Amino acid sequence: MSSAGRRPVTDLALSGAHFGSKVIEERGAVLRRLRRTDSLFRVATRTAAYTVLLILSGVILALMIGAWPALSTLGIDFFITQDWNPVTEKFGALAPVYGTILTSLIAMAIAVPVGILIALFLTELCPMWLRRPIGIAIELLAGIPSIIYGIWGLFVFAPFLQQTLQPFLIALFGPIPLLSSLFAGPPYGIGMLTAGLVLAIMVLPFITSVSRDVFDAVPPVLKEAAYGMGCTTWEVFSKVVLPYARVGVIGGVMLGLGRALGETMAVTFVIGNAHKISASILAPGTTISATIANEFTEAVGDIYTSSLIALGLLLFVITFVVLAIARYMLLRIERRIG
Amino acid sequence: MKHCKSLIVAGMLAASVAAAQAADISGAGASFPYPIYTKWADAYKKQTSVGLNYQSIGSGGGIKQIKAKTVTFGATDAPLKGDDLSASGLVQFPMVMGGIVPVVNVDGIKPGELVLDGPTLAKIFLGEIKTWDDAAIKKLNPGVKLPSQAIAIVHRSDGSGTTYNFAYYLAEVSADWKSKVGVNTSLQWPAGIGAKGNEGVANNVANTKGSIGYVEYAYAKQNKLSHTNMINKAGKNIAPNSETFQAAAANADWKSQPGYGVILANQPGDNSWPMTAATWILVYKQPQDAAATAEALKFFDWAYRNGGKMADELDYVPMPAGVVKAVENTWATEIKDGSGKPIFSMTN
Repeated sequence: MSSAGRRPVTDLALSGAHFGSKVIEERGAVLRRLRRTDSLFRVATRTAAYTVLLILSGVILALMIGAWPALSTLGIDFFITQDWNPVTEKFGALAPVYGTILTSLIAMAIAVPVGILIALFLTELCPMWLRRPIGIAIELLAGIPSIIYGIWGLFVFAPFLQQTLQPFLIALFGPIPLLSSLFAGPPYGIGMLTAGLVLAIMVLPFITSVSRDVFDAVPPVLKEAAYGMGCTTWEVFSKVVLPYARVGVIGGVMLGLGRALGETMAVTFVIGNAHKISASILAPGTTISATIANEFTEAVGDIYTSSLIALGLLLFVITFVVLAIARYMLLRIERRIG
Repeated sequence: MKHCKSLIVAGMLAASVAAAQAADISGAGASFPYPIYTKWADAYKKQTSVGLNYQSIGSGGGIKQIKAKTVTFGATDAPLKGDDLSASGLVQFPMVMGGIVPVVNVDGIKPGELVLDGPTLAKIFLGEIKTWDDAAIKKLNPGVKLPSQAIAIVHRSDGSGTTYNFAYYLAEVSADWKSKVGVNTSLQWPAGIGAKGNEGVANNVANTKGSIGYVEYAYAKQNKLSHTNMINKAGKNIAPNSETFQAAAANADWKSQPGYGVILANQPGDNSWPMTAATWILVYKQPQDAAATAEALKFFDWAYRNGGKMADELDYVPMPAGVVKAVENTWATEIKDGSGKPIFSMTN
């Protein structure tokens, strides 16, 4: 290659396998052909990229058109009431929005610390021979279809919770004023808490595997230096590994949150599908995606169908806001680190 | 040579599949009659080699699909009103009937042991009766030992014809239900948890101690759930079975509603099960594809004539002969092809 060092690129192409035997007069034609394939390539990649934008705006547009009859009829009531009455055609999105956010928060409250701790154990403390089995088990969790989580949640997990955790929580917090209403009510087994717990298990692999990868990417020399100065494992983790890897960890958390917000089948099975905002997290509730999955096929009448599409639009907006917040946080952290 | 043969075989297979598909009757709608429609379709295909492609997507879906003309017939558990039928040019007729039963999961209560009446059932589902040892339930069940357990209500979370018929009955017997909740395929439930489909309600009741739900009778039987008996309009204690469903149907005046849209809830008669329900078929008066509709009507005619025993086996109730005759008369007079010729002619 060094012999071709100073020659122009076209000459390189000409002396390559395809054009090797071409005479100098044909150079123009060859060049034109090169330019044509090059611009064709450019157009193809650009089209692919623009298609994404086109599809995205198409989806938003379709959702808006679909949601319009409901939004124009129900107005602001759609956003601030929790009525969901197909008989009188009064629809309010508050209960599903509340359920979506609450179940995701429960899921993140459990999955984030547990996921990070698992990742920490795997990268810092775990004996080598155990690393692969645990890592593979975590990744397998991510591979289980959500319907399986739903069936397991309904048949195994919910009856178990009804007989163990829920009576325990009710008895434990019963005498405490504020917390008693948070954990009130008959133990149904299924409900917001159950949905949150199932979601926590579902998003755990996302948070764990992303965190593990970014913890692995921390330069060993940093950790070794810290250990050399006499830091404990906790100090190394909290002062060196976590600050170094936090951008990645936040990315993993947001990935998990995105899944928790949109998860449909597993939640539908265990949340109880009640259009109601209850103070108690043991009570049945509903989420946006569960409502749509449950009711869309049987929704009769324009306003009903349109309200469900409006719910879809709302979920789109919520997901977008969450992603935007994540981007903003990443940007701030990056800027601070400089 | 070998390859040649297998190619020919493959070609023949493909051709036969294509032929079979071309002749299939397409329909979509209610899930309540899905088991019996598929059973009929199996038997019909063996006799005539004409198959049925029925998508059990729910009554609302069935109405949407037939209005979009993507299927030859739609099926619904909640009958369309007369003006809706005439506006969309559809003919509606009942195909088969079944029963809806309350199911309970209370320790020590065996199937049929508990008795409820309409107003009490409505109060339970309104959330006004909260425990199993409530005075209203005790009064109806003097000999039964009832725990002081909270009642967990399980209802359908998806829109459903079963819900429509159940709510219709509760609205008939309770003014409170009529004014507070109303009647529809999906409702704003005052209390309880929602589960998807008859099977979802059955599973939730089976899994939740102290629960009560409502399902199509076959699901209660298959899941070995404890159904309750009901006090009917005549004041009699009735157990759900095909005889009491049939008794409810026998007393109905089918001609009283356009499109035979009679709800069989709370029918008079000593032996009538109060939550009996019919399910309907929708076809166009002037179908775009007259041949396909003719095939569908042939299938329905066959099912009316030969499907009774199969319906019995699955705890559905076949339509009485008088109703069948009236329905077929409607077909012969109202359903026509592009040139105005009737598609169906009565054979007897």
